[in-house]
Amino acid sequence: MARKMVTIDGNEAAAYVAHKINEVIAIYPITPSSPMGEHSDEYSAKGEKNIWGTIPSVTEMQSEGGASGAVHGALQAGALTTTFTASQGLLLMIPNMYKIAGELTSTVFHVSARSIAAQALSIFGDHSDVMAVRSTGFGMLASNSVQEVMDFALISQAATLEARVPFVHFFDGFRTSHEVMKVEQLTRDDMKAMIDDDLVIAHRKRGLNPEHPVLRGTAQNPDVFFQGRETVNPYYEKTPAIVQKAMDKFAKIVGREYHLFDYVGHPEAERVIVLMGSGAEAVRDTVEYLSAKGEKVGAVIVRLYRPFSMKDFVAAFPKTTKAVAVLDRTKEPGSAGEPLYQDAVTAFTEMVTEGKLPFNFPKVIGGRYGLSSKEFTPGMIKAVLDELTKEAPKNHFTIGIHDDVSHTSLEWDKSFIIEGDDVVRGMFFGLGSDGTVGANKNSIKIIGEGTENYAQGYFVYDSKKSGSVTTSHLRFGKNPIHSTYLIEKANFLACHQFVFLEHIDMLENAAEGATFLLNAPYPKDEVWNKLTKDAQQQIIDKKLKFYVIDAYSVAKKTGMGARINTIMQTCFFAISGVLPKDEAIQKIKDAIKKTYGKKGDKIVQMNFNAVDQTLENLYEVEVPNQVTSQIEMVHPVPEHAPDFVQDVTATLIAGKGDDLPVSKMPADGTWPTGTTQYEKRNVGLEVPVWEEDLCIQCNKCVAVCPHAVIRAKVYDEAILENAPETFKSTKVRGRDFPEGYKYTIQVAVEDCTGCELCVEVCPAKSKTEPGKKAINMAPQIPLRETERENWYYFLDIPEYDRSKLKIDTLKGSQFLQPLFEFSGACPGCGETPYIKLATQLFGDRMVVANATGCSSIYGGNLPTTPWAKNHDGRGPAWSNSLFEDNAEFGLGFRLTIDKQTQQARELLEGMKNEVGAELAEAILTADQHDEADIAEQRERIIKLEEKLATISTPEAKHLTSLAEYLVKKSVWIIGGDGWAYDIGYGGLDHVLASGKNVNILVLDTEVYSNTGGQMSKATPTGAVAKFAASGKPLGKKDLGMLAMAYGNVYVAQVAMGYNDTQTVKAFMEAERYDGPSIIIAYSHCIAHGYNLKDGMKHQKLAVESGIWQMYRFNPEAEKEGKNPLRLDYKEPKIPVSDYMSTETRFNMVNKMNPEAAKEFIAHAQEQANKRWEKYSHLAKMEASEK
Amino acid sequence: MDLTTKYLGLKLKNPIVSSASSLSAHVDTVKEMEDKGASAVVMYSLFEEQILQEAEALDTYLMQGANAFAEALSYFPEPETFENRDAEEYLNQVSKLKSTVDIPVIGSLNGVSAGGWMDYAKKIEDAGADALELNIYYIPTDPTKSSADIEKMYVEDLKTVKSKIKIPVAVKLSPYFSAFANMAKQLDDAGADGLVLFNRFYQPDIDLEELEVKADLELSTPYELRLPLRWIAILRPFIKASLAATSGIHDAHGVLKAVMTGADVTMMASELIRNGIGRIDAILKDLVAWMEEHEYESIEQMKGSLSYKTVAEPAAYERANYMKVLQSVR
Repeated sequence: MARKMVTIDGNEAAAYVAHKINEVIAIYPITPSSPMGEHSDEYSAKGEKNIWGTIPSVTEMQSEGGASGAVHGALQAGALTTTFTASQGLLLMIPNMYKIAGELTSTVFHVSARSIAAQALSIFGDHSDVMAVRSTGFGMLASNSVQEVMDFALISQAATLEARVPFVHFFDGFRTSHEVMKVEQLTRDDMKAMIDDDLVIAHRKRGLNPEHPVLRGTAQNPDVFFQGRETVNPYYEKTPAIVQKAMDKFAKIVGREYHLFDYVGHPEAERVIVLMGSGAEAVRDTVEYLSAKGEKVGAVIVRLYRPFSMKDFVAAFPKTTKAVAVLDRTKEPGSAGEPLYQDAVTAFTEMVTEGKLPFNFPKVIGGRYGLSSKEFTPGMIKAVLDELTKEAPKNHFTIGIHDDVSHTSLEWDKSFIIEGDDVVRGMFFGLGSDGTVGANKNSIKIIGEGTENYAQGYFVYDSKKSGSVTTSHLRFGKNPIHSTYLIEKANFLACHQFVFLEHIDMLENAAEGATFLLNAPYPKDEVWNKLTKDAQQQIIDKKLKFYVIDAYSVAKKTGMGARINTIMQTCFFAISGVLPKDEAIQKIKDAIKKTYGKKGDKIVQMNFNAVDQTLENLYEVEVPNQVTSQIEMVHPVPEHAPDFVQDVTATLIAGKGDDLPVSKMPADGTWPTGTTQYEKRNVGLEVPVWEEDLCIQCNKCVAVCPHAVIRAKVYDEAILENAPETFKSTKVRGRDFPEGYKYTIQVAVEDCTGCELCVEVCPAKSKTEPGKKAINMAPQIPLRETERENWYYFLDIPEYDRSKLKIDTLKGSQFLQPLFEFSGACPGCGETPYIKLATQLFGDRMVVANATGCSSIYGGNLPTTPWAKNHDGRGPAWSNSLFEDNAEFGLGFRLTIDKQTQQARELLEGMKNEVGAELAEAILTADQHDEADIAEQRERIIKLEEKLATISTPEAKHLTSLAEYLVKKSVWIIGGDGWAYDIGYGGLDHVLASGKNVNILVLDTEVYSNTGGQMSKATPTGAVAKFAASGKPLGKKDLGMLAMAYGNVYVAQVAMGYNDTQTVKAFMEAERYDGPSIIIAYSHCIAHGYNLKDGMKHQKLAVESGIWQMYRFNPEAEKEGKNPLRLDYKEPKIPVSDYMSTETRFNMVNKMNPEAAKEFIAHAQEQANKRWEKYSHLAKMEASEK
Repeated sequence: MDLTTKYLGLKLKNPIVSSASSLSAHVDTVKEMEDKGASAVVMYSLFEEQILQEAEALDTYLMQGANAFAEALSYFPEPETFENRDAEEYLNQVSKLKSTVDIPVIGSLNGVSAGGWMDYAKKIEDAGADALELNIYYIPTDPTKSSADIEKMYVEDLKTVKSKIKIPVAVKLSPYFSAFANMAKQLDDAGADGLVLFNRFYQPDIDLEELEVKADLELSTPYELRLPLRWIAILRPFIKASLAATSGIHDAHGVLKAVMTGADVTMMASELIRNGIGRIDAILKDLVAWMEEHEYESIEQMKGSLSYKTVAEPAAYERANYMKVLQSVR
């Protein structure tokens, strides 16, 4: 069977092979490995069979720990089994990995290697995770490119079956897992030829089976454990040869040759780099480039890292080797050197000791590179090679950063570029929402699969989920591409959003004579004068060919709405010259047909039309020979931003974070809060405008705003005296405020994402124009300047005294300052309104443990973070530990706070006489039930601190450091359903059972949202999710009921869109309850598949149909002889289908399998009915019956 | 009594046809209609919007947020195939009805603009429909479009559909044309096998509490028959295509009046929704009784007897009628 060329990424390459040579697959999502599990699940859902003719069983587990357990079990039972993971996920597998290896079990774990969270989490690639498992006994095989991923996935499986040593097959997260590359696809025949069926049967026969029982997993004692541990040595000794044999067999079948250690470069090299992973590709190109220029340099590329064959390692070097630099993509603080370096040194030493080193002991230095996908370029590689020429080269160096603290870093020449003109290098700057990346992936397919050319695509995303900037790096050429680094000088550069030019110095990346394509909302004759001064200068200096198109006009004209992907793609093909124009256009159209065909003819025609219109509206601009513009690039942060923000954050925002030296980084991962306020992203094309005359002052718009850009304040009229001309206000309604006070709703238009949730919830309509509400969307640009001024004026208006507000009402609560603002969450996010509410109510005394997931990303991803401070400098203190341990992490906060409070009280008791008995007594007996109580206690603490300042005893010193704990603290444990229902459930359950005063907020989106919508146990019946590609058959776990079973846990299930007052009450009650409380909050999500501006309506439908239940279970009520359960919803009045039919996640089943959809709906209806029956029955019971 | 009639080239046992309505969504109901004597059934409409918007919505929501954030490059699994459920269900229903009843099943496609949705005409034909009713439901709100533009659009729509299928095509029309007779002639010339007069536009209502426009369906009243009667009478003499009267047929008298003005068939839905399928049988009986009493032998005999050409006083269908009516109420 002929092999075909495909353009795929590393994850797909691994999954493609793994699915065909395994029987059981246990999976769990974690970036960047999730797509491997997703592909496998989709293959099985489509009925694709493995090479033995059966469809592999794919099972999602509750955690990687669970997945590894299931893998271990499946292996023990004799199935060919695999899993996919990365980072912390791999760490969770370690215990089972020791077992699997100890039991000499054949398996391959495919790992897209990723950083391990240390001072911060990072989703990007390095070898920290795989290096952490090098002691488990797993073999370790490194792939350096997408082709190698496919090849090694097969080679490792063949080897493990023979060697009985399990393998981690790893490749670099993102750089390889997500790089799209043209590769040769292995066939089923290749796989059949490589996998020895006898070994498969032998593996199967070793499985536990009562027909011929054995026992494994004994407990051994000091007498024999040690000996038992040594039994495996012969297996490890044989493994390298077995791997090489598999590689040789592969070479015979497929033609590609690999060795345990491959040498590239000058045959008489004196300076040699050693490394593994994607960086080896760049090193290969660089040493070949330098060798061709006569430099005696080379590289040893490590394929098989464990078992480490010292003999083969040393044999790979040219005998001329004099100096070696070993590069590790990981860091082991405090070690004698990073792992590969240590292995290399050991190998040379042992070989010298044994007299087997065929050359003199070389100079060996070790260095770190590429942590968290840090760029690793030819310039850096050359710097390392140059270092080896020195008499005393720097050891334990770093390359790729500027280390001005420990001075480990090597300098490199950024202008050293080795790519020739034979490679088309395109860089595209787009918005996440404009389809740029999708179009570029399509272009790679067109060129990769439709022509002889090789193609590579790599995509860089920023850290926001709304208005994110994407940069696509595309290379095309006649020869295979090994450039595993971002494009440094592009010969084609496209800016898909005109506003980027003000913020991003993209032309810096343009090569001399490059083509520059700009999407501009201006006629071609006016465009030049709209450019920044800097852009004009670079266009002239670099002699760029400059093309423009008004893509949004073309999109509008052709019915494409805001999607400019096809248009910009057409421009690229029309002017880049990568293919003859007509051929390219035809190929685009073919691709459109292929991509959109199944979605309907209209979509296809619309795109065809867009292609044709594009060609008519694309113009070359004649570049003047001098700069005419006075427009400067926009500074990333305002002038009033604090020093740290000016110094560090601004650099990150400008996309120049790579330039920050080590000294600018906080050493322990501690960062200031409240920095999103300085990053004015201006991503909302339309923003809300308040109509003061129509407003009924309900504050609903304030409550639902996911980004806290809509604020309400009540204030003395006198404050308006110096208000800007356009500042709006109206007389405050209601008797809760003093006569003559004013009310203002102010919008932070520069922070708004334009989601429209506010408009949809606004209940007030104009009597003369009912289509107009009290808040309406309007284009942002004309409002920007005036509203910026109004916003800052608004911020300076004093907050209303919180002790005088009715904060247990929706309206009252929304006058409180949110201390969670302008996050990077999706436009229309359903989670953030709940978090914001918690910060309004308790933010000034709140400490937050945040599970990894969406909320930790929009809550804690640099460059700026949304957790903020009030005018007194108080606000939530926030941290993220892991995904799985958040409840325990938060409980730890509580334990400390309780302990410190207790210590403070004890000290105060002992110091009553010194600080004053009256004050001490008042502090110790303070109720702190409401805002007024807390304000009073704060006053007392200030007095106490003043007193303590005059006392110089050790007790006074300690009490001073602990006095703040005498003000009630509110511990919040926040996370999504993936955490609460699945991976963190064990811990959550334990914390609920602890009886401690913690507040757990579950943001229930019913899927793993952050990793792209995988099924969790919160996913409802009939919803399609990843890992449930045909719809989830089982119902949603009733987490609330499980929590209620304890009896002493406050439990509330809320949906702001159904009843916002109930939400506020639940938050208040939960926080007041002196014990564990859990709030499960319905959070609409982009993964539900509808326009999120309607999120609150969907919440309402979910409750009205009975799919989502609303209740509060307050153990306090029981003390009063009342039923603790209070239902906050009514008997379902609409069928569940009325709700389900409005969301794509449910509708998809109907489109794929209507019969199944009907069954799901019937099942969901039954569940809704049953839950109503159950809950209403419980709520009606007498307290004593419960 | 010979009640047979010919409509769209199909020989029907009587002139009572069930018009497009939700009644045809249930196979059992259609079977009952057949049992009670309906001579053909026009199915509920498959709407252009159902075909197009579903595809658009799917494309939009599946791609929403895709390729924008490194950890979540998509939010849904990519299914192998998609079916347009509404459309597929419609086609299935055509097939089911065809295998259940012997009377002709007429598909109904409702749309305006030229485009891919028209491909469904072929699919409806392939599913077994005996004919297709093309319901061009267009509210001409665009002030830049002239009546000529709109008429041209109707004719083009018809031509496109005709070019795609072999089964007969009837066009269901609204009466709101400046020159209705000319419009009818244009469609006749363009190959329409039948004209169905008239479509009842769902007129909007206002929700006073919510200050919103609300759309709901009011069933027809017998009075509404007056409009089709007039136009069928006027068109009959020069239109080759079949003519169907719909809107306001509630009893045998309505059937008789329509046939006499020139209708080949009469279509009803409101009466059946309101008073049950059994009304077909009752009306047929009344029809026969009336014909016997008045000594008619067949439907063909009376068909068009009161058309513009054959009526004793043609002016009654014109302006003179209006004057007369006004004078009569003085």
